[in-house]
Amino acid sequence: MFLKKVATAGAFSLMATASYAACDIDGRVSIVGNEFPAIQTVGKGAQECAGGVVKANLTADHQKINVAGMQGDPAEYTSAIIANSSIVALMNEDVIRPLDDLVAEHGADLKPNQMITIDGKVMAVAFMANAQHLVYRKDVLAEIGVEPPKTYEELLDAAKMIKDKGIMEYPVGGAYAAGWNLAQEFTNMYIGYDGAFFKPGTAEVSINNESGIAALNMMKSLSAYMNPDFLTHDSNATSAEWKAGNVALMNMWGSRVGPLTETEGSTQEIVDNTAIAGPMTVGGGETPATTLWWDGWTVAKNVSDEDAEATFKAMMHAIRPDILNEETSPQAVWLIDGYEPTDAAAGVFDAAERGSVPYPMLPFQGLLHTALGAELADFMQGKESAEQALADTEAAYIAAAKEKGFLQ
Amino acid sequence: MKHKTFFWFFLPTALAMLLFIALPLVSIVTQSLYTAHEQVFKTVENCGPFGCKQETTIDQEATAALRDEKPMGKWAGAQIYMDRGHLAVNEVRAAWRSSDSWGAFLSQVSNFPFYSALAFTLTFMFVVTPLCIILGFAIAVGVNSLHRHLKGLVIFFSLLPMIVTPLIGSLILFWMIDSRGILGSGIQWLFDDPNLSLKASTGLTWIMLMVYGVWHSAPFAFVVFYAGLQTLPQDTLESAQIDGATRWQQIRYVVIPHLMPLVTFVALIQMMDNFRVFEPIVGFNASAHATSLSWIIFNDLGGETRQLSAAAATSVLTVIGVAILLSPVLVRTWRDFNEKT
Amino acid sequence: MSLSSRKQPLGLRIFSVSFVAVWLILAAFPFVWTLWGSFKVELDFFSKADWTNAITGARTIAEKGTAFTADGYRGAWVQEEFWKAAINTAIVCLFVVCTSLTIGTLGGYALSRSGYRYTFWLLLAALIFRAIPQLALVSGYLLPFFQWNLWGILPTTIIVLVAINQPFTLWMLHSFFQKIPKDLDESAKVDGCTQFQAFRLVIIPVMWPGVITTGLFSFLLAYNDFQVTSMLLAKENQTMVPKIASFLGTTQTEGNVMFAVASVVSATAPLFILVMFFQRQIVSGLTAGAVKG
Repeated sequence: MFLKKVATAGAFSLMATASYAACDIDGRVSIVGNEFPAIQTVGKGAQECAGGVVKANLTADHQKINVAGMQGDPAEYTSAIIANSSIVALMNEDVIRPLDDLVAEHGADLKPNQMITIDGKVMAVAFMANAQHLVYRKDVLAEIGVEPPKTYEELLDAAKMIKDKGIMEYPVGGAYAAGWNLAQEFTNMYIGYDGAFFKPGTAEVSINNESGIAALNMMKSLSAYMNPDFLTHDSNATSAEWKAGNVALMNMWGSRVGPLTETEGSTQEIVDNTAIAGPMTVGGGETPATTLWWDGWTVAKNVSDEDAEATFKAMMHAIRPDILNEETSPQAVWLIDGYEPTDAAAGVFDAAERGSVPYPMLPFQGLLHTALGAELADFMQGKESAEQALADTEAAYIAAAKEKGFLQ
Repeated sequence: MKHKTFFWFFLPTALAMLLFIALPLVSIVTQSLYTAHEQVFKTVENCGPFGCKQETTIDQEATAALRDEKPMGKWAGAQIYMDRGHLAVNEVRAAWRSSDSWGAFLSQVSNFPFYSALAFTLTFMFVVTPLCIILGFAIAVGVNSLHRHLKGLVIFFSLLPMIVTPLIGSLILFWMIDSRGILGSGIQWLFDDPNLSLKASTGLTWIMLMVYGVWHSAPFAFVVFYAGLQTLPQDTLESAQIDGATRWQQIRYVVIPHLMPLVTFVALIQMMDNFRVFEPIVGFNASAHATSLSWIIFNDLGGETRQLSAAAATSVLTVIGVAILLSPVLVRTWRDFNEKT
Repeated sequence: MSLSSRKQPLGLRIFSVSFVAVWLILAAFPFVWTLWGSFKVELDFFSKADWTNAITGARTIAEKGTAFTADGYRGAWVQEEFWKAAINTAIVCLFVVCTSLTIGTLGGYALSRSGYRYTFWLLLAALIFRAIPQLALVSGYLLPFFQWNLWGILPTTIIVLVAINQPFTLWMLHSFFQKIPKDLDESAKVDGCTQFQAFRLVIIPVMWPGVITTGLFSFLLAYNDFQVTSMLLAKENQTMVPKIASFLGTTQTEGNVMFAVASVVSATAPLFILVMFFQRQIVSGLTAGAVKG
């Protein structure tokens, strides 16, 4: 058993020296994160390191265990892979450490835009970006003689024409599943109408206003062109509808576009005609109705400096330029040096260039998101008015924010 | 049995339950009585791939001082229990004052998450439990009259709904009842309505969840009743037959009384499990139409910011709910117990 | 025996057989459908176009050349190493069943033989314990388990599952022991046995039927559990159910869904063997007691 271990360790170090960027660490590395393909690539990259134990627990439940897993002393997880929405949970509990020293020592390869600085301190290193944007069917739009929509109003017109011509019964797709997805769509739309979620500098919510009502009404109008089961469709189900050729227009995550252009599970006709464009605006606004996201990694506070250093080195190794190849490049819009944007990345780049807003990194945004996800479904089903749904959301948020100490 | 002997016999199981259920229960109750500290904010500049922005963040140093002072958080008493996410006392009072009819009052109350979840939970429990007992009994009687070589196979297939894990079972069923799946298409054909979708209407979603609930837990009732049938007192049955009792009378006066303690047992367990209904709601993505108390806990714990106190309060309310619902059965058990001793 | 065949009129007999047949179809259909579909590609089994594709395998033929493909099984067992999860499940089930029956029989026996009031309150407490939503319990475990380095390993999960299942086991075994006449162990004690000797020599030989039935339910709990195992086990120690769920994940990659379907079918096979093997004991077990009224 011991011999075998030595043998594998030897093999690893041989491999490591063979590839030009060797990774030798001296400490314990344990990563927790979500499980989609790009993060799997990063996890594998970190596990190439030799000299210490590198473990990766990549699971859909990562948000339920990462805070508890970093609160122990020493923390079980030395690194958590998170997004701009989920870093706040770690910040709120104060379980991640500033990385400035480590960046100075080992982070020469980092581009400035990869560093997430909060109050002047680097708290995370981002490696990929994401955003929702338009995906459309070239052939269907050609058939009705319409350019790809730039606004949601144009999208509604196009959807009406497709339906009236009898090409598709439910031409619009959208991840409107009650819960996180529905809240995300509202967030996009509300931003598109230039809405502000909170009174500046406070945790006091204000969404029951004209922008909120307009956003909800737009979502309702869109849902009329969606499959009647839309409240159960998450982005997996919406992608499946697309692949089955039931949908011609949808607002979809950039990270999901790659798989849509593979014939497996779809037909050549659909794949050839799948095209993407930037996010749409709504209600004559300038800001696209979408949010920008990044995914990145952090280092735990409650670990020894050696382990933190080992973690930093292993994670740097995991996002070095040579992880990019034909297989990994289309997995995400990488923020890594040397990344050549693939066709699938055009939508996210367009979103960033046109001045879209990042998803707010506020300590209490998650509570509002949860409240929106639970309370807006009644409106979407026509059970209550937009004002009532927004008032309910505000009330649910206030109760939650009081419990968490954000409001008194 | 002497106290001392009893103690040693009971110690291992008591330890397991104390450590892993009673202690967590104490911490759940405590948690539900505290809220987090007041969070001190500061506005800072955050920078990332998409530029810099002024954003609010928690002033960790100031908050840490508060936190060190009182590590448990801020004493809240029953405040969380009374807030809108739970019993919504003030809101219900306001609804009572502002509504002029019972209908208006109820529709306002059902807008609060706790009460809308309670409405589904109770409906689910009171519909599924009896149906499951009746179905389980009928299957048990039916299977009991089969040839013995068939029984083993039949028992295995009857257990399948209970065996296939709810999470995966409902995933596959979820697809079958899609308007384009085999069952969904079948139902559309049956009702001659090509636009019928089980997932799009609240009423149909409730029915679907309940049908699933009965389907999933009938095997439990079946196994227990089937075993009970094996112990029917032969002599009572025979004398009933000699007295010319019809088949129905035999079931009514011999079999059912014999199985009665089992019915209590199954009802107790089923009511409890159905009151905690959770997995089908997640599996069927049904939260837009139906929520349960356990789902609220799941939702509180599943967000970006976990609401531990809110989840703890809902858990305590669930336990109280179960205790109230089971109290008639418990009172009866208490009486039986006293008679025996 | 009893109500059965002896003098059953033909009409009733046909009714009863067809009722059981209908139930069997209802109970087994989704499973049989899954078994059939596990040999197809995702686009057939989860067809958005036409459900009959799942039967004919139109896309499977187009993609793989034949109407049946074992890719789902190959992917799950070979590529994703589902066998590791199967071994973990076997370990968890074995230890959960053994431990919970051992301490459960002792406790249940004691409860049934002690006439003091506190036994009622203990049973009541067990019932209340069972009412606590598992989600809340599990989220409470996380922090201490992480702190004491107990998180992620099989023994922790085993003990938690045993503890969570104790209330049910106690209730079931308690009512079972009540049906075993008290005279049996009383007379052994008169003959000079201690309580434990009486239990070991007199009660253990006659308790198996009820214990096996209780064991079946413990087994099913450990086998099917998702809420505990998904939160408390590290990736390398995962049991089958969380492993299957991880095939689905938040972002379903192509083909992985069929791994999940194939694993669901695979996970059911051992249960088939188990039920066939134990079916007589299961029935006679409940017969002899647990629940004999």
